[in-house]
Amino acid sequence: MSSIFQSSIGRKLIMSITGMCLVLFLIFHLSMNLVAAFSGTAYNAVCGFLGTNWYALAGTAVLAIGFLLHIIYAFILTVRNRKARGSVRYAVETRNSKVEWASQNMLVLGIIVLVGLGLHLAHFWYHMMYAELVGAEYEIGAADGTGWLKYWFGQPLVVVCYLVWFVAIWLHITHGFWSALQTIGANNLVWIDRLQKISAWVAGLIFAGFAIIVIGFGVGIFPLFD
Amino acid sequence: MEKNITVTLRVWRQKDAKSKGEFKEYKVTSTTDTSFLETLDILNEDLVSKGEEPIMFDHDCREGICGMCSLYINGHPHGPATKATTCQLYMRRFKDGETITVEPWRSAGFPVIKDCMVDRGAYDKIMQAGGFISVRTGSAEDANNILIPKEKADEAMDAATCIGCGACAAACKNGSAMLFVSAKVSQLALLPQGRVEAARRAKAMVAKMDELGFGNCTNTRACEAECPKGISIANIARLNREFLKAKLKD
Repeated sequence: MSSIFQSSIGRKLIMSITGMCLVLFLIFHLSMNLVAAFSGTAYNAVCGFLGTNWYALAGTAVLAIGFLLHIIYAFILTVRNRKARGSVRYAVETRNSKVEWASQNMLVLGIIVLVGLGLHLAHFWYHMMYAELVGAEYEIGAADGTGWLKYWFGQPLVVVCYLVWFVAIWLHITHGFWSALQTIGANNLVWIDRLQKISAWVAGLIFAGFAIIVIGFGVGIFPLFD
Repeated sequence: MEKNITVTLRVWRQKDAKSKGEFKEYKVTSTTDTSFLETLDILNEDLVSKGEEPIMFDHDCREGICGMCSLYINGHPHGPATKATTCQLYMRRFKDGETITVEPWRSAGFPVIKDCMVDRGAYDKIMQAGGFISVRTGSAEDANNILIPKEKADEAMDAATCIGCGACAAACKNGSAMLFVSAKVSQLALLPQGRVEAARRAKAMVAKMDELGFGNCTNTRACEAECPKGISIANIARLNREFLKAKLKD
């Protein structure tokens, strides 16, 4: 069993498991953010609860490790795959219409996702969880998630950057979700097209959910009630 | 109706494995009902008559079943026709006056021997690692002796149609041979006679594939789209299952 991760399938298994964990995290993150669309007070209560308790810190650490493994293995696989393709490339390259664009550009999409993540961490994590950990104080409180949402998404350029980021996440998941299931062997002739459709729905709903939050705060209609 | 067709063939010429290759252009006239390989034959006869080196390319049965022909034609392994090998490609697929780019398979696992001929011995080595059953089967038994569900038999037969031509690795941006290996693992794992050694087979064939430098599958489905036999990537999921199950038992 020890050699499993030294095999090509084992390396893909790491991408698959970490990728699925990240999708689950995104769904959790989205469900939390959707609270902000309705009630700023309720969202701040969620932020206060998840602030710096040990569960949240442990969860963040596990998430960070998963993210790092996903990124490191993405580069390892890319380097190995480029080597396997050989040094001489085809003079005429055509993409078969049955091949999704996203599936052939996962690294590029992943890099955009990574840049967006850096921006997001600087905007929110740094001013919230990190600020609470080190005792830093800003004009908006560390537990005032609604305040930070209003502050950052009140800036049109930030909204555009986030929407570009969400598009990259969306495309990344349209391929990544079903590909992760295929890698663990959860696929067959019947489910192959179904899984691709489910993947498109999961990615689409995640994109739509986050985009609605950002645009809603951008145009000032959120939170709807208080 | 058969018509004459004149095309420019932009063909990869490479003296041997160590030399640097380049494209050379040749004008050739054949007919719309002539196969692509026959057109190359016409060109080669012309080259030989002029005292030039003929273009080297693989071919054998010319019936789409032996897996010998290759060629990357206008950006597709086996050319633009779907579910067909190069030997089943006819000139009516092209327009009169068209320039057709002909390249060898590009994958580190398939080094160029000369011109458009590549060494696909790596696939033989993967087969030697485990693509067989080692029980003595004797002469053919009565078909009803071992009952096999129709769906399983169909799936095994579909996987067994893989001719090992290498189009999957040639089409893959990662140079991955997973479709080939998965078809060979599946055709045996689905049947009772092959089931016995399924775990050992999956581990041995994947280990050999990795050792020979083929890439990691990223499920782009390019292999499936370009496979002349339409082998499904559902076989890759089965290979993943077989391999992971076998490894977890180690």
